Amino acid sequence: MEYKDNVRYQDSHEWARIEGDVAVIGISDYAQDSLGDVVFVEFPDLGKNLTKGQAFGVVESVKAASDVFMPMTGEIIEINVLLKDNPEKINQDPFGDGWIMKVKISQPDEYDTLMSAADYQEYVKGLD
Amino acid sequence: MKPKNVPQTIITAAPPLLWETSAAPATRYVSSDPKPLDGTALVPEGLGRSVPLAFSEHSELQVVRHFKALSQANFSVDRNMYPLGSCTMKYNPKIAEAIASWPEFFNAHPNNDKSPALAVLGELQDFLGELTGLRAVSLQPAAGAQGELAGVLIIRAALANRGELETRTEILIPDSAHGTNPASTTMAGFTPITIKSGAGGKITPDLVRPFIGPKTAGIMITNPSTLGIFEDSIQEVARMVHEAGGYVYGDGANFNAIAGIIKPTDYGIDIMHINVHKTFGTPHGGGGPGAGPICVTPELAQFLPGPILEKVGDHYRAQTPEKSIGRLKTGWGNFGVLLRAYSYLISHGIDGIRKNSIQAVLSGNYIMKKLEKIFPAAYPETCMHEYVAENPYVAGGVHTLDIAKRLLDFGIHAPTVYFPLIVKEAIMIEPTESESLEDLDRFVEVMETIAREAQENPEVLKNAPHSLPLGRVDEVLANRKVIVKHDLV
Repeated sequence: MEYKDNVRYQDSHEWARIEGDVAVIGISDYAQDSLGDVVFVEFPDLGKNLTKGQAFGVVESVKAASDVFMPMTGEIIEINVLLKDNPEKINQDPFGDGWIMKVKISQPDEYDTLMSAADYQEYVKGLD
Repeated sequence: MKPKNVPQTIITAAPPLLWETSAAPATRYVSSDPKPLDGTALVPEGLGRSVPLAFSEHSELQVVRHFKALSQANFSVDRNMYPLGSCTMKYNPKIAEAIASWPEFFNAHPNNDKSPALAVLGELQDFLGELTGLRAVSLQPAAGAQGELAGVLIIRAALANRGELETRTEILIPDSAHGTNPASTTMAGFTPITIKSGAGGKITPDLVRPFIGPKTAGIMITNPSTLGIFEDSIQEVARMVHEAGGYVYGDGANFNAIAGIIKPTDYGIDIMHINVHKTFGTPHGGGGPGAGPICVTPELAQFLPGPILEKVGDHYRAQTPEKSIGRLKTGWGNFGVLLRAYSYLISHGIDGIRKNSIQAVLSGNYIMKKLEKIFPAAYPETCMHEYVAENPYVAGGVHTLDIAKRLLDFGIHAPTVYFPLIVKEAIMIEPTESESLEDLDRFVEVMETIAREAQENPEVLKNAPHSLPLGRVDEVLANRKVIVKHDLV
């Protein structure tokens, strides 16, 4: 199980990585492993403003369909179109090609409220 | 790796498609010879058929054999044990089929107000009112999920009537609920708020309290929960929601565990739908037709979907309540299914329904106890009609799906798997009251065999099933590359 430390995590298993005033968002390795083979990703509309904690889409696997939640507040500016035909990228490379979307963040301070890789790993340990 | 002692109920080869066994078109088994219709005037240019329509050519007997073979390739409760938790695949008594074929019902005209069909519907309303304690009943909804939507729409109508629809926007739903609860809530224009269940898998007043407030429109509770556990705080939770001005919706999905023993009104339910296939043994029917009657308190009767039957003297009269949420179905709802539910009720009586519930709970606990060492309960306590097991063999690479598929080799339908979502690798087993002690014991033996295989020879499970027309289906590929069209020519 991989816990990348160039991103920060929230308890519902999404990660965010900061690139300037943009956050790249995806789901963790733990999340993709729990879900199993991902078959479909439902994206939010571009231009939509969502606050931290709001559901932005759905990741569907053969086992379950799970809501995914905003780790940071902002406007959806780009979605990973690669996932439309290749949802398995989330399983294969959750922190790389499997990113879900980019958000223009309006409250950069929220990043500090997310968990570090070490804290998240500790949190996940408590779940099993 | 074919198991021994499998009843002769399994077809090992997939029946071919009719198109694959068709005689040459020139054979003309199809007796009708329709005159060609000149549709050029009706069909826009470019949309007309360029090749003649292909019919498969078979004799009547060949067609009968084809469909008989298809029916035998199926798993069904008439042939196999079907412990599909939460879905309640109980036996559908043949007496209900016999009654449904009586000409008085089969040929009844829906608008004949002298028809005994109306009395059937009227008395069914009364039965459901008696069993739930919720005396106002509409038989309209065509399925449990539609009954659920009707229930939430009734909450909406009641709040609008009170002038509180603007402020009360939230419906609380425990995380063990069926997915239909948040779906109905959203469809009816409310926001679902998830309540995390506590350590014992139950909801408690403390877990619910922080979410109750002026925005609360209501709560949806399944009791027993989808973990097969009786929600023993439900009365207190209902009281809290009522005090805050909200309504309490009882999801009737698991009513079959308590029907005839306790009335949902005793613990504060205001609205409840009934899944007649689960509680009253009507056929599941491959997705329809179904029926999901909705039962409410007298206060909410004015919002029920119509028409509702009302007894006047010795006959019944149809009426739609003044503030009804409207129609949900044409005619009287799905009469054929409602008639079978009525037949089930009449042939058992209220006391028989009570005995069924008791037997279902006893059978659920029997299986749980017998399997406690090899498939322990996720939340070990006395269960109701079903229990949710953990899969202790995951560490060895044997997933719940593998266990489910292996059961098919023994002529037993798989239990519900990976639900409820709060139990990882969940296996939800519901034997129902229909299975005899001998069949329950056979199921236990098969589960013991599978547990042994999981440890000694896991490959057998990972590649199961071995004795069905189709082996392991690639679910991932089927989901990612959906093909919904079959080319006939």
